[in-house]
Amino acid sequence: MSNIAIRAENLGKLYHLGRAQVRHNTLRDALADGLRAPLNWLRRDGKSSRERLDQLIWALQNVSFDVKRGEAVGIIGRNGAGKSTLLKILSRITEPTEGHARVYGRVGSLLEVGTGFHPELTGRENIYLNGAILGMRRAEIARKFDEMVAFAEIERFLDTPVKRYSSGMYVRLAFAVAAHLEPEILVVDEVLAVGDLAFQKKCLGKMEDVAHGGRTVLFVSHNMNAVQRLCSSCMMLDRGQLVAYGNTPEVIVRYLSSSSGKVLPAAWIDLTSMSRRGTGSARFSAIWFSSDDESVEFQPYSNGPLDVSLSLVSDSPRTVGSIAVTLYDEYGTKLVNADTISLGRGIPLQAGDNIVRLRIRELHLNPGVYSLGLWVADPPAEIYDYTESAIRIEVVRLESEGLGLRPVSDGSVVCDFDVLDVSHGGDGGLSHG
Amino acid sequence: MSSSAESTSFSIQPTASDPPVVMIQPVHGWASLRLRDVWEYRELLLFLAWRDIKVRYKQTALGVIWVLLQPVITIAIFSVIFGALMKVPSEGTPYPIFAFAALLPWNYFAGALTRSSTSLVGSANLITKVYFPRLIIPLSAVVSGLIDLGVSFLVLIVLMGYYGIHLTAALVLLPMLVLLVTLTALAFGLWLSALNVRYRDINYLVPFLVQIWMYVTPVIYGTALIPERFRFLLGLNPMTGVVEGFRWALLGPSAPGFQMSGWIYLLSACVLVVVLMSGLVYFRTTEQTFADIV
Repeated sequence: MSNIAIRAENLGKLYHLGRAQVRHNTLRDALADGLRAPLNWLRRDGKSSRERLDQLIWALQNVSFDVKRGEAVGIIGRNGAGKSTLLKILSRITEPTEGHARVYGRVGSLLEVGTGFHPELTGRENIYLNGAILGMRRAEIARKFDEMVAFAEIERFLDTPVKRYSSGMYVRLAFAVAAHLEPEILVVDEVLAVGDLAFQKKCLGKMEDVAHGGRTVLFVSHNMNAVQRLCSSCMMLDRGQLVAYGNTPEVIVRYLSSSSGKVLPAAWIDLTSMSRRGTGSARFSAIWFSSDDESVEFQPYSNGPLDVSLSLVSDSPRTVGSIAVTLYDEYGTKLVNADTISLGRGIPLQAGDNIVRLRIRELHLNPGVYSLGLWVADPPAEIYDYTESAIRIEVVRLESEGLGLRPVSDGSVVCDFDVLDVSHGGDGGLSHG
Repeated sequence: MSSSAESTSFSIQPTASDPPVVMIQPVHGWASLRLRDVWEYRELLLFLAWRDIKVRYKQTALGVIWVLLQPVITIAIFSVIFGALMKVPSEGTPYPIFAFAALLPWNYFAGALTRSSTSLVGSANLITKVYFPRLIIPLSAVVSGLIDLGVSFLVLIVLMGYYGIHLTAALVLLPMLVLLVTLTALAFGLWLSALNVRYRDINYLVPFLVQIWMYVTPVIYGTALIPERFRFLLGLNPMTGVVEGFRWALLGPSAPGFQMSGWIYLLSACVLVVVLMSGLVYFRTTEQTFADIV
């Protein structure tokens, strides 16, 4: 037996993006299309009207790689680079359009924890159900049952329907089941974003155990710290292509230096195709940001204001408790979180389009490129829409400030400082002026 | 690299003894039915069916009693309207028994068809996140109705005792007939569930389909009511064979309605085989796109 866990050759996945507009999701359209098809054929067109109207997108193309057994491989890339598509193909959720992959062993995915949980069923029942959905045998679940319950810390609530669980308990239980799957190949897509800090640490620890225990791990994340900590090698995807595959630090440096994802201020940026989590009952559809200062072409600047307008589509009238704009550094560390929950009033949304305008009065960030994440939720019950990286913005320096010289590495946060005094030994020690 | 050392120690562990090799590639045609995969996941099938049943009666005040009440109420209504008021001929058998013997498979079929047609769309969150053979989903929707069928059967036995009607040796064929109605529900359920992923019109269509279907199936009336020369039309409806078969197995060979010639049953069977096979193929060929469009 070879020591290969996954061998992918020329994997490709074609999506029909236009289908959102011209999908013939009614029988009427299908019939009309079917009737037109022979006519098109007579015109020697070869394509149906649908194919011509569709926008075809290769979410993944010509991707070939080998993953060795027992290796932990990070997968990084911007939104829409094809990371999730790759994981979906490898975990057999969707089939590739072309190429093939050979997978040696059971693939367990943590693409989304809590899949198949039913709110009416108790914790105990959900453990068995969820385990079966993830591909565990009943005997296997029974053997690991106590361990899962202990991991999730829900002993007292085992026979309570999970709809009465707090969101924290819910997530802990879901992760506990998934983490005990013990597949030969574990696929993880940023689950570390869930739960409180202590639980995140526990999850990361569990993943380290898995990775160091000789299992193969594929880990998709925007959090470069976590990738670096867990993965010995790393692949970088860009617009569906595998552009780099090698040892982690080198690939991360390459990823950070390519700032292709940056966008410009003072113009609406469409967000409909960004990768996101949440129920989708309210969704961010577009974003606009500006510093209101024409001299820097409206780019945000250090210590300056940042206006953000969010276009939100809600499927019904509702009041949401929390809308947040969050800024992360290149390593995925959260730096700034402007969350309306701290203002203590709900934001009313109408059914349909809404525009919410926020202002961060002073942006205490040094010049650099940052990821802007968005969040809309009604805590603790429901997360409507959530992303850690909607767009990437560049914070610049206002020319008028200082000399414009910067230390090589000065961190992310601006600190307002001054030199108070300079004393010399001859002047009589450390006296303050 | 340290991974080579780890992988040798890894191979001693029991979980790694013989990892299955999975080939992921675009698939086409018959070779892709993967029925063996479904067998591998049989435990999941039972879990999902069990979840369906459990959740269905969880927050109801009467709980499982509904399973008893539903057929009793239906039969009471039918007996009053069709039996007493419209005087539909039941050829010697008391009308409640005559209708109940046919309603037994019909109610199961109608429920299984309705549940399976919405099953894939209702499981969108599973389909887009985890791999398992998608066939499991409509299959579990069909299987989960069997408990209700069993309970209804017991109600019928009690009712037959009340009317002093005895079971006959023909009853041994009942398990075969249960399998037949299950396959019939699955055959049409496969088509409807897969079509529903792409065309949500199916949601609106199914209630009407079920309603019309019941009237063209000899449930509330017997085949004797249909003129001889039109009876072959009944054969095109696989549920005719099922319903008449149930009457025959439950009420004995002298049961009313059992007057169709054998070739009508054969026609029924052929229709069923065609729908089931084509349903499997259609399901499997569209399965690969479920996660993308559901």
